[in-house]
Amino acid sequence: MSILVNKDTKLVVQGITGREGQFHTLRNKAYGTNVVAGVTPGKAGQDVEGIPVFNTVRDAVEATGANTSMIFVPPRFATDAIFESLGAGIDLTIAITEGIPAHDMMRIYTHLKRGNQTLIGPNCPGIISPGEATVGIMPTDVFTPGRVGIISRSGTLTYQISKEIGDLGIGQSSVVGIGGDPIVGSSFIDILQRFEDDQDTDLVVMVGEIGGDDEERAGVFISENMKTPVVGYIAGFQAPPGKQMGHAGAIITGSSGTAQGKKDALEAMGVEVGTNPTEVAEMVKKRIG
Amino acid sequence: MDLFEYQGKQLFARHGLAVPSGEVADTPEQAKAAAEAIGGTVVVKAQVQVGGRGKAGGIKLAKTPDEAYAEAENILGMDIKGHTVKRVWVEAASDIKKEYYASITFDRSAKMPLVMLSAMGGMDIEGVAEEHPDALARLHVDPLIGFQQHDARWLIYHAGIDVPAQKGVLDALMKSYEAFIALEATLIEINPLIWTEDDRVVALDAKVSIDNNALFRHPDLAELQESVTDDPQERMAQERGVTYVKLDGDVGIMGNGAGIVMSSLDVVALAGGKPANFLDAGGGSNAEAVATALEVLLSDPKVKSLMINIFGGITRCDQVAEGLLAALDTLGATLPIVVRLDGTAAPEGRAILAERAPDNVVIEPTMLAAATRAVELAKEAS
Repeated sequence: MSILVNKDTKLVVQGITGREGQFHTLRNKAYGTNVVAGVTPGKAGQDVEGIPVFNTVRDAVEATGANTSMIFVPPRFATDAIFESLGAGIDLTIAITEGIPAHDMMRIYTHLKRGNQTLIGPNCPGIISPGEATVGIMPTDVFTPGRVGIISRSGTLTYQISKEIGDLGIGQSSVVGIGGDPIVGSSFIDILQRFEDDQDTDLVVMVGEIGGDDEERAGVFISENMKTPVVGYIAGFQAPPGKQMGHAGAIITGSSGTAQGKKDALEAMGVEVGTNPTEVAEMVKKRIG
Repeated sequence: MDLFEYQGKQLFARHGLAVPSGEVADTPEQAKAAAEAIGGTVVVKAQVQVGGRGKAGGIKLAKTPDEAYAEAENILGMDIKGHTVKRVWVEAASDIKKEYYASITFDRSAKMPLVMLSAMGGMDIEGVAEEHPDALARLHVDPLIGFQQHDARWLIYHAGIDVPAQKGVLDALMKSYEAFIALEATLIEINPLIWTEDDRVVALDAKVSIDNNALFRHPDLAELQESVTDDPQERMAQERGVTYVKLDGDVGIMGNGAGIVMSSLDVVALAGGKPANFLDAGGGSNAEAVATALEVLLSDPKVKSLMINIFGGITRCDQVAEGLLAALDTLGATLPIVVRLDGTAAPEGRAILAERAPDNVVIEPTMLAAATRAVELAKEAS
């Protein structure tokens, strides 16, 4: 099995007619994801290689029963798109868009936590449950079906670690990119809980980076609530304070959010942390190989 | 984007927050003219984005326009913790009865704005928070409801603001929150917020940061953005839109994706080397992006070797290899370049390099091997 996206996923793509939106939608579909609709205001009645396009998410849900939305619209329209998806009752919204303003995300997050819907991202590569479905921009060749769950704030690093694990003959149940922004809809803890509840995940790899305190909180959560073993990795030991390292959220503020601080906090809670992707893969192999 | 004090104060004034009247000056002559226009005693303040200006001699009182000239002459060009003073702010001196502290931050952990108020202002607030935690009143704001007057009152009573100043502080807090929202700030810090001898409440300092992701909605603020870096590579990267951070080592690094580049830096350090930079050429990393990135890296004279770490996802490694060859053709670099290609079309990419790349290009199969090799080559070259 898997978490979040699977054979029951019915995907609507907001921004399906854009260049990137169309490209990745068709890749997701080719992998086996059930893409039921697209949304672009003013383009109702058109189709993208057979996928019907609607004016609004609500129309798409009514016509197709879509339960998952992928957001591929530029930052200046993305906040509206996320609220539209939530308003249409979509269970799982996956926002790929990078560059959504922080004040918008504060409002979205506060609204989200009052209900039961799930947002992954923004500024994330999406989710893949190998062999079942993928929603997002991940290169599907890197992943194989298996029993390791992966959660990450970074795209390429996820691919790197998945490949290293794959090279040792170990596959993944689901791989979730939670996004590199300071505020994302789902934290490590939210996804760790889902993997803990998943019968088919034997181990979780958590890939963190500098900035914020999400990893530290996850450490406490793991020690108190998880039976499934977790292996950690943290990127950014060489990052100087006060400098943004690519991701909007990857910044050390004062003395908080350092890689060393996160590693120490995780290890204090009994979570093994690898120093490089290869070592992480070896740790996984040792635990369950 | 961090603003200078004078920019923050000008924005405060626009949002109805009381600030001392002042003018910005690039030269001693302008500082003198500003002092004349303001009249009376003025304060000449170095405009740098770093704390501890006062202790470093960057804030001086001037009783006459001539004194303002002399102080500005001293302060302009001064180095404060690595920041060169290019501008001073000249403002009317204030009669301070008491110094308070007020701030609104974007609390990443709570994912809400956090308003803080203290009657112990004018000093390092982290020290106050540690030694007198009760002296710092803290209140999160529900971003869907906003900051209400009762919130401000709660803060004022809990911070122990003096009664005659309470009304002024309340007004300052309300206006600060309005500005925080209107500017899409991630930080507004006023330290000190002063209570004057004539019972006014005035912002004597202004620390304002704006969310870069929101600048598309604030063209006026986007215009305030200026390069604060004196580093030639950081400037070049800024101009060309490359995500780059200068470090002090000699192994230049580029990759595709923030996470893998951060990881590359760490692996170089683990191999006993020192990374020269962070450079994310982006998920796309097409030929042009590779060329631009290389140009920035090669312009750093401290760089002795390069590590190029690409994990092909949607990007194909053969296209990256072609881009690299084209860039090297134009730039003609001679220093050792260690390339690691993995993921989509990696064998094709490696074959292209093996066949056509110049001798200084070395191919390694893994990230660890590439880092180790780049570190060795940097050591050999120095």
